[in-house]
Amino acid sequence: MNEATLPPPRKHGRLVVRLLLLAVGFFAFGFALVPLYDTFCEAVGFNGKTLRDATQAKDLPPSAVDYSRKLGVQFTSTLMPGLPWEIRPLEPAIELHPGELRTTRFLVRNLSDQTIVGQAVPSVSPTVAARSFQKLDCFCFTQQTLAPGESREMALTFVVDSGISKDISELTLAYAFFPAPPKP
Amino acid sequence: MNTATHTLDPHAGHAHHPTGLMRWLTTTNHKDIGTMYLTFSLLMFFVGGAMILAVRAELFQPGLQLMKPEFFNQLIGVHALVMIFAALMPAATGFANWMIPLMIGAPDMALPRLNNWGFWLLPPAALLLTMPFILALFGIGDGAVATGWTLYAPLSVQGGIGVDFAIFSIHILGISSIMGSINIIATLLNMRAPGMTLMKMPLFCWGWLVTAVLLIITLPVLAGGVTMLLTDRHFGTHFFDAAGGGDPILFQHLFWFFGHPEVYILLLPVWGLMPHVLSTFTRKPIYGHTAQVYGFIAIGVLGLIVWAHHFMTAGLPVPALLYFMYSTMAISLPLAVLFFCWIATMWRGAMSFETPMLFAVGFIVLFGIAGLTGLVLADVAADAQYHHSYFVVAHFHYALFAGGIMGVMTGVYYWLPKWTGHMYSERLGKLHFWLTVVSFNLTFMPQFFLGLAGMPRRIPDYALQFTEFNAISTVGAFVLGLSQLLFAWNIWRCVKGGDKATDQVWEGTSGLEWELSSPPPYHSWDTQPVIKSST
Repeated sequence: MNEATLPPPRKHGRLVVRLLLLAVGFFAFGFALVPLYDTFCEAVGFNGKTLRDATQAKDLPPSAVDYSRKLGVQFTSTLMPGLPWEIRPLEPAIELHPGELRTTRFLVRNLSDQTIVGQAVPSVSPTVAARSFQKLDCFCFTQQTLAPGESREMALTFVVDSGISKDISELTLAYAFFPAPPKP
Repeated sequence: MNTATHTLDPHAGHAHHPTGLMRWLTTTNHKDIGTMYLTFSLLMFFVGGAMILAVRAELFQPGLQLMKPEFFNQLIGVHALVMIFAALMPAATGFANWMIPLMIGAPDMALPRLNNWGFWLLPPAALLLTMPFILALFGIGDGAVATGWTLYAPLSVQGGIGVDFAIFSIHILGISSIMGSINIIATLLNMRAPGMTLMKMPLFCWGWLVTAVLLIITLPVLAGGVTMLLTDRHFGTHFFDAAGGGDPILFQHLFWFFGHPEVYILLLPVWGLMPHVLSTFTRKPIYGHTAQVYGFIAIGVLGLIVWAHHFMTAGLPVPALLYFMYSTMAISLPLAVLFFCWIATMWRGAMSFETPMLFAVGFIVLFGIAGLTGLVLADVAADAQYHHSYFVVAHFHYALFAGGIMGVMTGVYYWLPKWTGHMYSERLGKLHFWLTVVSFNLTFMPQFFLGLAGMPRRIPDYALQFTEFNAISTVGAFVLGLSQLLFAWNIWRCVKGGDKATDQVWEGTSGLEWELSSPPPYHSWDTQPVIKSST
């Protein structure tokens, strides 16, 4: 081969390193999406995600009770596969004023002959109301352990913020009870 | 490099490479690697096609005749993964390897050894993907991935070993594609002939440049997503497990952040080659070169920010739905620019209809149907009805078969004489085109109506009222599948011999690649050509 006719060799190193960094950066971006997505959903209530614990939030406006409005709140619950429990809300539907502090209870019973740990995951619809549904105390904050055959009433204390959109007259809180993943 | 290549060889400088198997295993020549990519792609096209013919056979009549639903589920998912990752993407990469150095006047790709690795990662990845089928025959595992190609959690968290095989296969395919993309970007940015400014770069190269950037941005996100899936399955993490604080919808976001740009990754190389073909057979210069370049870039950018339209029914809030609807519909604007340029290139041209031109015109018509039905699906209100129905199946096959595969066939017929130095059989080529275009419509047009009538996708059985359309679709699919044998036969004949092709091959061609002999020498453009400024 006539070396003289060859073009001078080009240096690709810097470009290749930059492109590799871009690829690595987007790999990291995929993982960064996990907390970002969670924060985003909680901030705007996407997916019906409620605030984990309203007492932890510092910037909540003081919520005065608005006696001029009435809201219907429904409670439903489902069990995910692999959890031999029974769960039902003791009050399937209640009426309240926005800003009013309320406590309601769910009856949970372990139908099996084993001690089982479960975790409830809440979701509020319509999703735009999720931010206004503020739980002060909830059995969903921690994992729940039930002995064989044990039944227990589990309490939820909450406020629906009086700033809730005027368009909403009814909302639903749904609990999905999951078998808790085994602790590592 | 093998030491054998340094022995004294009378042909040194032209073909100093090992022969036989070692030539193909160790080659760093862009033409050899391009040939391997294209051969692999054709082979996997038939593998993926055979899988879906089994599916169509099952769907010929209602009820379960041929297979268990579990096996049906495996076939549809692996069909999609094979066609996308092992047939369509390698075909486009094969084009890139063969044509980009010829088009820009470079002696080879920028990183030839990386190129070799990029190809040789593909066969093991394809093997990983399909191996669970074979393992299941010996009683190991429960078959291949049965979640559909989207691998949605939580189904994929619960699936059998097929999911693990698919995850590792995607990892390897992703590494291969990223290496290929880095190579192509480095070639395009650093190795153009003197005088070829970025704007003067041929449109095929531009299509590939945008594709390569999209691949580098999106594939790592998919790799991250399936890695999370893997750790959820085996290492006790809860990325997608609601009980552990995870969210299954997150997987859909991660998947489609890759999945939607992937559509443009598959289509941009084809959009890039279309203007060359249209210009050749209308004997007119390409209309709107600059407009098409900006069209590619606009579609690439917009394609990155519309992903959630693939799961509008998953419970997204209304503002998000509106955003994804309008941004999706906005893609039709740059796409309309491309359609306009294609048609304007043909306008009042001295057209002749050799096989590549037939495929190109067929592509424009059928891909137009894909675009218009896509607009319907982008509508949030309409999507609630069409989502996960056969309407979607028909839509994306118009996009990826008529747009992707027929686009690749356009390129194969267009460039085959250049690659082999022989003309293919025009008679067989035209027969192949007409059989393909008629049977394709016979297969997929009825699926629009099935979807509108409410038939869901990914179900091996269906209600009686869907029988006739499904029977028509199955007949069409078998004609479509069998007529591809003509394609393979025509390529084989052309490789073996045939009428000599001229250097220019087609009457109306222009560009550096047509100045080389047909076939081009093993090492081309040792002396870089110089592009003269036209102004």
